[in-house]
Amino acid sequence: MNVDVVVTVAKIAVVLGLLLQVAPIMVWVERRGSAMMQDRPGPNRLGPFGLFQALADAVKFLFKEDVTPAAADKPLYLMAPALALLPAFTTSVVIPWGPNFTWDGKEYAFTVSNADTGVLLFLALASLGVYSLVMAGYASNNKFSLLGSIRASAQLISYELAMTVAVLAVIIPVGSFHLTDVVAYQRTNTWNCLLQPFGFLVFCIAAFAETNRLPFDLPEAESELVAGFHTEYSAMRFAAFFQAEYTSMAALSALGCTLFLGGWSLPWLNYEGMGWLGVALGLGTLLAKVGVCMFVFVWVRWTFPRFRYDQLMRLGWKFLLPVALLNLIAVSAMTLAGWL
Amino acid sequence: MELLVFLIFAFLAVAAALVVVAHKNPVYSTMALVFTLFSVAVLFILLGAPFIGVLQVLIYTGAIVVLFLFVIMLLNIGREDSQIAGHKAQLFFALLGAVSFGSLVILALSSLRPKVLAPLTPELVSLKALASTLFNEFLLPFEIIGLLLTVAVIGATVAARRPTAEESAATAAERSIETKEARP
Amino acid sequence: MTVPLSWYLILGAVLFAIGAVGALTRRNGISIFLSIEVMLNAANLTLIAYARQWESHAGQVVVFFVMAVAAAEAAVGLALFIAVFRQRHTIDLNRINLLRW
Repeated sequence: MNVDVVVTVAKIAVVLGLLLQVAPIMVWVERRGSAMMQDRPGPNRLGPFGLFQALADAVKFLFKEDVTPAAADKPLYLMAPALALLPAFTTSVVIPWGPNFTWDGKEYAFTVSNADTGVLLFLALASLGVYSLVMAGYASNNKFSLLGSIRASAQLISYELAMTVAVLAVIIPVGSFHLTDVVAYQRTNTWNCLLQPFGFLVFCIAAFAETNRLPFDLPEAESELVAGFHTEYSAMRFAAFFQAEYTSMAALSALGCTLFLGGWSLPWLNYEGMGWLGVALGLGTLLAKVGVCMFVFVWVRWTFPRFRYDQLMRLGWKFLLPVALLNLIAVSAMTLAGWL
Repeated sequence: MELLVFLIFAFLAVAAALVVVAHKNPVYSTMALVFTLFSVAVLFILLGAPFIGVLQVLIYTGAIVVLFLFVIMLLNIGREDSQIAGHKAQLFFALLGAVSFGSLVILALSSLRPKVLAPLTPELVSLKALASTLFNEFLLPFEIIGLLLTVAVIGATVAARRPTAEESAATAAERSIETKEARP
Repeated sequence: MTVPLSWYLILGAVLFAIGAVGALTRRNGISIFLSIEVMLNAANLTLIAYARQWESHAGQVVVFFVMAVAAAEAAVGLALFIAVFRQRHTIDLNRINLLRW
């Protein structure tokens, strides 16, 4: 058996194992966090602090009836939830989860895919996420769902553009699409969120829009569109959309942390040369950062009201994109001048 | 291994392309196009062009085809209704042309000895070499493409623009003035 | 085992032929666009295959340009379709025949 294959399979297992934990934990965090911000107890019956609530939810999803509307476009309707999970779980293959480690005398990077295209691969796979939303809304044959998916397609294209430009601005001074190089760059300099505050701002706003979270949850705005694109879904198919949303939030948070917040590294600490302890510490650091980001997602949800659709488009095209482009030009010029 | 990947994705590309062309429902056509584009992107990567393959997914499937879907759903285009005659003849000649073209190409290729591709070199796959080709040899076309995209954005904005309330009010006012002048 | 060059070229030809049939026989403007995208991709595949054959990056660069042109084409074309739809409430190209003799 080839050692490289074993290592790759092990890395996939670790990353997949982590990502599968995100949805149950986030269900609890979201519900208890919302309750905390609204000064009410929240789910507190199952286990200490309601910790087993996610388990109960999972059981409920499993035993509910899986309804397919009679007028639905069946093939697309059944395919959409599966397609939602695909980008959510595949994007994080390019994230470096810790320092390099050695196995059998050979050094390996702690990323599943160490391809040259690095962060572009993340963006490309993430851009496929819109299809499940559009498919679900169209196939449900429900006007609210259709409205939700029309909104989703326009919103995701608009904000993807700004996000891609913000990411490119990070890549320029580094000179490599490898996220391991981005982390190394931030270890020698400082974190990119200090070097490129405007890029960081654009990335954060676009990340909320890309994951359909409040204040940009127009595709599923529950006060206007019932539940938007997933109105007709129930049981495990609904749960798949839920899981996809939380997993892509985690993946995007991990990307944001890697690009702007130093990735698995902390300033003045050197995890390299500590062997497996260093790898574990790096992984723990990145997970802690991702956890903070996930909490910010919940926090923002209960802090900002939803944007109106025209405001969303205006913000995307007339504010975020110009700011991202100006940031890109400024960063290119400063890189050329040797300041970054 | 390479052969297996090629066969799987070549089959997927052709099957999906057939759905694109043959399916009556434009939403299904568009979804099938996504599969074709993705399969072709995999073949690009197999041919040692990972950057182009990823760009294909990022630009084509991630942006262009979503735009198609958006317009299809916005205009609510349903199945084609075949009320207008003359369609059969078109189909016949198109199929004839396609078959003859395809067989011509296959004939032309089979007369060549099957060339076995050289193994991939790191030079060919590397992004740096591609970038230096793009920005040295092809710098002028690159700039022209940038200009083309700018023109396209402006053109699209102008073409799809709804007349503003002021403009439509102005034309309405002009009309009313004209009718008043014409009245006496 | 590696795949011979001609297989890629044949695949490109087949895809191109399929796209051509679609572009000639469909009447819905958007479906014709989709068929044209298939044809463009067939051409791209051929270009990349030859780039591999001659170990040159020129083919890849040209594909990059083709993608940009396709994006421009999609933007302008779809804008035109929206404008036409506002006037005629259809994008069936057989019915948009005002300028036909």
